[in-house]
Amino acid sequence: MPKTLSLLARAGPAAIAIATLLLAWQFYAYLSGISPTILPSPVRVAEQAWANRRALWDNTLPTIRATLLGFGCSLATAFVLSILLDFSQALRRALFPVFIVSQTLPLVAIAPLVVLWFGFGLMPKIMLVALVTFFPMLVALVQGYESTEKEILTLLRSMGAGRWLRFRLARLPSAAPFFFAGLRISITYAVVGAIFAEYAGAARGLGIYILNAKNNFRPDLVLAAVGVSATLTLLLFAATVLVQRLAMPWVRLERGPTP
Amino acid sequence: MTPKLELEDIRKAFGTTPVLDGISLDVHAGEFVSILGPSGAGKSTLFQMLIGGIRADSGSIRCEGQLLGPEVGRFAFMPQRDALMPWRRILDNVTLGLEVQGMGRKAAREKVLALFPEFGLAGFENHYPAQLSGGMRQRAALLRTVAQERDMLLLDEPFGALDALTRSGMQRWLEAMWRRHRWTALLITHDVREAVFLSDRIYVLSARPARVVCEFSVPLPRPRHAGATGLRDASAVEAAVLETLLKTETIGESNP
Repeated sequence: MPKTLSLLARAGPAAIAIATLLLAWQFYAYLSGISPTILPSPVRVAEQAWANRRALWDNTLPTIRATLLGFGCSLATAFVLSILLDFSQALRRALFPVFIVSQTLPLVAIAPLVVLWFGFGLMPKIMLVALVTFFPMLVALVQGYESTEKEILTLLRSMGAGRWLRFRLARLPSAAPFFFAGLRISITYAVVGAIFAEYAGAARGLGIYILNAKNNFRPDLVLAAVGVSATLTLLLFAATVLVQRLAMPWVRLERGPTP
Repeated sequence: MTPKLELEDIRKAFGTTPVLDGISLDVHAGEFVSILGPSGAGKSTLFQMLIGGIRADSGSIRCEGQLLGPEVGRFAFMPQRDALMPWRRILDNVTLGLEVQGMGRKAAREKVLALFPEFGLAGFENHYPAQLSGGMRQRAALLRTVAQERDMLLLDEPFGALDALTRSGMQRWLEAMWRRHRWTALLITHDVREAVFLSDRIYVLSARPARVVCEFSVPLPRPRHAGATGLRDASAVEAAVLETLLKTETIGESNP
């Protein structure tokens, strides 16, 4: 029971802040008499979200699929490449500038092109999600390997461990905190990336749903879809935190008091 | 008798900066030898050569008469900070060397578990390093070193990062452990008292570029308790060593 209480105490301030914002919004929409086609009140957004729950859900599923598949691809690619880059200085020099350039591409320009090349299916979404999440993951991993304590590496060398063994026993686990930090950042990019890809052209998905709602002068439905995407992002974020806690039990010990 | 380890006229320069200027020393089986020198004298460089991190420009390193080849694994190295892996439990940290040697995890665990009580770590096998005190972490690091069963221990200022009280405790404990096991050990330190307390012989190095300035035998009986007579004899040796050390340091400073 105290555990639940402390959790409530920590979540409390955030909940109050959000509630205050929503209340202020509600009052403004109500008192100013602004048309709901310009600024719908939160209550109206919630009502319409509930009324259109079926359509919303049907459009959320493709977004979730694109997000997870794209993120999965990006993660796998980043992991394999990070190992190659860690082992080869030459490869790092050759490829890192390319990756940096890939990050400067404006999504607004790239998304329609990718849709043009790969159609309205799942493929362009996966590619765009991968594009926006790949680099943060790669950088996190490469930095993580570099963060390995020099004395641990010297120790392993003194034990006779070769390059690969030193990587597996020391560099890889040292990257874990960086990996999870990167994961938390890029999982939020992933949802945005997927929605943007759908916005540029899709049969179904939150992105295209938002576009259609906007064109039909239904800002309440736009905001409902935004609410769904925010919830989705928060859930994925929470999932990464949970996985990190399970995967790295020693971190909490380092922060906590030692017996 | 052929020494366990024999260094002859080892020279090393980094770029144009000479670091080691003809170091010769030897360590016999079952002997505890210290290398004492000012900070930055190149003591750690010497260890790096033994564990295969860097090569000497000239000179020879022999183990039991054989030239030290590129193969590593004759020495068990204990670095300055404990270098315990925070993500491994103490038990798995201690088996690290055996794992690198290719021993199965189960066999390695069985082997080291028997050593835990003697190192005062019984009951802490499944703790993470972060849960242990500085002294315990250092004992775990020594256990990890000893468990490798190499010919010789290389200890690089193993207690340098500990507070004074813990350090004294650890020195006494190490001296007792050494008496029981008679490891061949080479210790790097800049702590005169530590060197005198633990060693059979002490090599005093000059400031960089390092040479052996003087070699002391420590004729004090073991166990080296801090009794009244023990203390008096020890401080006589300490004073002599310190005198030599300070003299070389001043020379080093006036001729940079």
